[in-house]
Amino acid sequence: MNEPILEISGLSKNFGALRATDNVSLDLGPGEIHALIGPNGAGKSTLIHQIAGTLKPDDGVIRFLGREVNEAGPVARARMGLGRSFQVSSLAPEFSALRNVMLAVQSRQGSSFRFFKPVMRDRSLLDPAMAALDRVGLAARADVPAAELSHGERRQLEIAIALALGSKAFLLDEPMAGMGPDGSKSLTAFLSALRDEAPILLVEHDMDAVFALADRISVLVYGRIIASGSVDDIRNDPAVREAYLGNAE
Amino acid sequence: MTLALFIEQLLNGIQLGVMLFLMAAGLTLIFGVMGLINLAHGSFYMIGAFACAAVAAATGSFWLGLAASLAAAALVGALVEMTVIRRLYERDHLDQVLATFALILIFSEGTRWLFGSFPLYLDIPQVLSGTIDLPGGSRYQLYRMAIIGVGVAVAGGLYLLIARTRLGMRIRAGEADREMIGALGVDIRTLYTVVFALGAALAGLAGAMVGALQSVQVGMGEPVLILAFVVIVIGGIGSIKGALIGAILVGVVDTMGRFLLPQFFISFMGPSQGTAVGSALASMLIYILMALILAVRPSGLFAAKG
Amino acid sequence: MEIGREGVINIVVAVALLAIPFAAVVLDETFYITLATRMAILALAAVGLNFALGLGGLVSFGHAAFFGLGGYAAGILATHAFNAEPLLLWPIEILGSNSMPVIWLTAIAISALVALPIGAISLRTTGVYFIMITLAFAQMIYYFAISWPAYGGEDGLSIYVRNGFPGVNTLNPLTFFLICYTLLIVALFLFAVFKDSRFGAALQAARQNETRVAAVGIAPYRIRLAAFVISAAIAGLAGALFADLNRFVSPSMLSWQMSGELIILIILGGTGRLFGPVAGAMIFVLVEYFLGGITERWQFFLGLTLLVVVLFARGGFIGLVAGRTRHE
Repeated sequence: MNEPILEISGLSKNFGALRATDNVSLDLGPGEIHALIGPNGAGKSTLIHQIAGTLKPDDGVIRFLGREVNEAGPVARARMGLGRSFQVSSLAPEFSALRNVMLAVQSRQGSSFRFFKPVMRDRSLLDPAMAALDRVGLAARADVPAAELSHGERRQLEIAIALALGSKAFLLDEPMAGMGPDGSKSLTAFLSALRDEAPILLVEHDMDAVFALADRISVLVYGRIIASGSVDDIRNDPAVREAYLGNAE
Repeated sequence: MTLALFIEQLLNGIQLGVMLFLMAAGLTLIFGVMGLINLAHGSFYMIGAFACAAVAAATGSFWLGLAASLAAAALVGALVEMTVIRRLYERDHLDQVLATFALILIFSEGTRWLFGSFPLYLDIPQVLSGTIDLPGGSRYQLYRMAIIGVGVAVAGGLYLLIARTRLGMRIRAGEADREMIGALGVDIRTLYTVVFALGAALAGLAGAMVGALQSVQVGMGEPVLILAFVVIVIGGIGSIKGALIGAILVGVVDTMGRFLLPQFFISFMGPSQGTAVGSALASMLIYILMALILAVRPSGLFAAKG
Repeated sequence: MEIGREGVINIVVAVALLAIPFAAVVLDETFYITLATRMAILALAAVGLNFALGLGGLVSFGHAAFFGLGGYAAGILATHAFNAEPLLLWPIEILGSNSMPVIWLTAIAISALVALPIGAISLRTTGVYFIMITLAFAQMIYYFAISWPAYGGEDGLSIYVRNGFPGVNTLNPLTFFLICYTLLIVALFLFAVFKDSRFGAALQAARQNETRVAAVGIAPYRIRLAAFVISAAIAGLAGALFADLNRFVSPSMLSWQMSGELIILIILGGTGRLFGPVAGAMIFVLVEYFLGGITERWQFFLGLTLLVVVLFARGGFIGLVAGRTRHE
């Protein structure tokens, strides 16, 4: 296998007596979609927070692009190319979709300490931002404030932002949540193509999407990875059926 | 400098700390439970002092005055909560700051309207007017000692209230999760009014007790309010324990700084310059303390939440 | 460029403020020139605060510190120039000054220098902590001014002759008004430009959603600190002008009430609006003057008005007449 883009080994995090992340190891290779599934309260969000850098692990190592990033904060990891979408949509609500994406382009270009040139007349920001919106199919809604976008559109916008960042890996936290069947279908197709650009660590509840997309699946229960393997491996794993699929519905 | 003087100043510092605790406890409770920043808390301090002075002057009894201060501050607190404050819980902090700033203007001018611009005076009750002997041969005002006693009693009472009673359980539930206590079937509106009135009453009590040491006048609450802010920032917003420790720390550091720093600078700069430098530095000391603590712990010593 | 309804109102407000002193000259009521100058200066301070508060969402309850520092910079330099005493002999000789440009630059520099550490510490915190800490730092400077006897302590410091500006007579009230008005317009221009820049985009986005800004790789802290310092520098400049208007500086310029008033100016006019601070300052000074003429208890009614605005008319004056903010 190729050198992994993202590699997590022996990660642990306690909240008081609760062991939210228990010796988790997983990796993400080039061109793959690695899905992380598990029942509610399994510790997926805690794990995502540690990978993104918003939460510090108690133990273990996180490597991104071959570098240990344990000490890097979320800003530094984003600048390295870790593009993140949020479980609960996290956008600048007063800004238009376009301006939300432009912020990512601006960050990618370097310093935000430029005081005089108006951003709305800056082609070097506008063009890449429009291109990213176009790719996710949101170009027609570019001028709508994020707060007024539909739930599904906000998900698309989150992905456009990650695209505009030039991410080298995507960390997508439940991108399908709250989407209608049509939206899920088109997003599934989009993500499937996206993996060639950069690998995706996908946290998702929608099993149809996971089974359709994932190259590998890891199952997290009570903070531990109880199984990891191909779609078929996971479908047929008795421990997974017991712990997760059996009582998921 | 004698040991007796040192002990006296130290006790003065603790007494200031106790009074700050009464202010800070209410502020921190209101913030912890309702998420509200209340600038008008100093007004309850003032209302307590005025109620005590007016009733004591009319009846000749300090104790009736003290009871009146608690009642007046709690009553005004409850009324303000029901008319204005409860509209602010869901608002951002800026709105809370402005609305409660507006309340300060209203209360201050309102009090001036009722009582005039001249300060009122309140005498220390007869029973507490003497001094007591301290070990080491020094003497200390009994009244100030009593204030310290009241503060300790209130701290103990608050601890019991929060740790042991149904009301306390609801307060803790409210701090943990506002929606949860709604789900528990607790009448949130009443709980908030009670907590707010309790905080106001504590501030009123502080104002009444201090009223006998200083003059009772409009504007007396705000300097204390700002000190109480320093206290809860140091202690950690939402934490009663933090408020207690922060209050004593601020009271002692401020008092001892004003006492010791000028002497220290006089010893090598001479009297006039030494006093100037020492007292200027002493006036900034608690803010420097606050900055240092925040540099190490941005959410205070005993942060209950971010 | 298209001028929306808010743009029209902005022009009306700007022209109205400019018209007051000229009307005063025609009517021979020079006092109104002073009122208009007061409006312009308070508006300038509030425009400064609006960088932090309106764009950055940083509720600084301590901007009186910078306003007052600017005032003291003017007072101290002028006093030394008046007495012909150098301010400092060692390590370098610093003389007093009664030249406005020198005083302005000093006021701007001092306010910015003091704002840097205050902002650096305060911005490590957010929300209520930030409000209380900025308030506490301003109190620290207030108490320092009171207890430091060299420059008047509690009694303040008088400026005997209004400071000068090369080529014009600043003793003429209209001239002084025009100087203040020009600086206000420059500050408003800067505000408008910064708001639309990359810096402004990052600052406003950080106000709306800090997590998002961090997730695209922009550190909100440095952006906010820069905004805080710029904001303080403008407030300091306004303070220097205020000292020259009153020919007097006192610790009351540093007081928490002053900090509160600066926030009120913005809210009365409309938060986040370019001309909000100007409209707010005009309304505030008018209310202060006319209500103050009718009743000694005008602050009571100011409090009631403010309460009503906060509870029921959150857009302030410009929000009331221009409708809600256009989304960008």
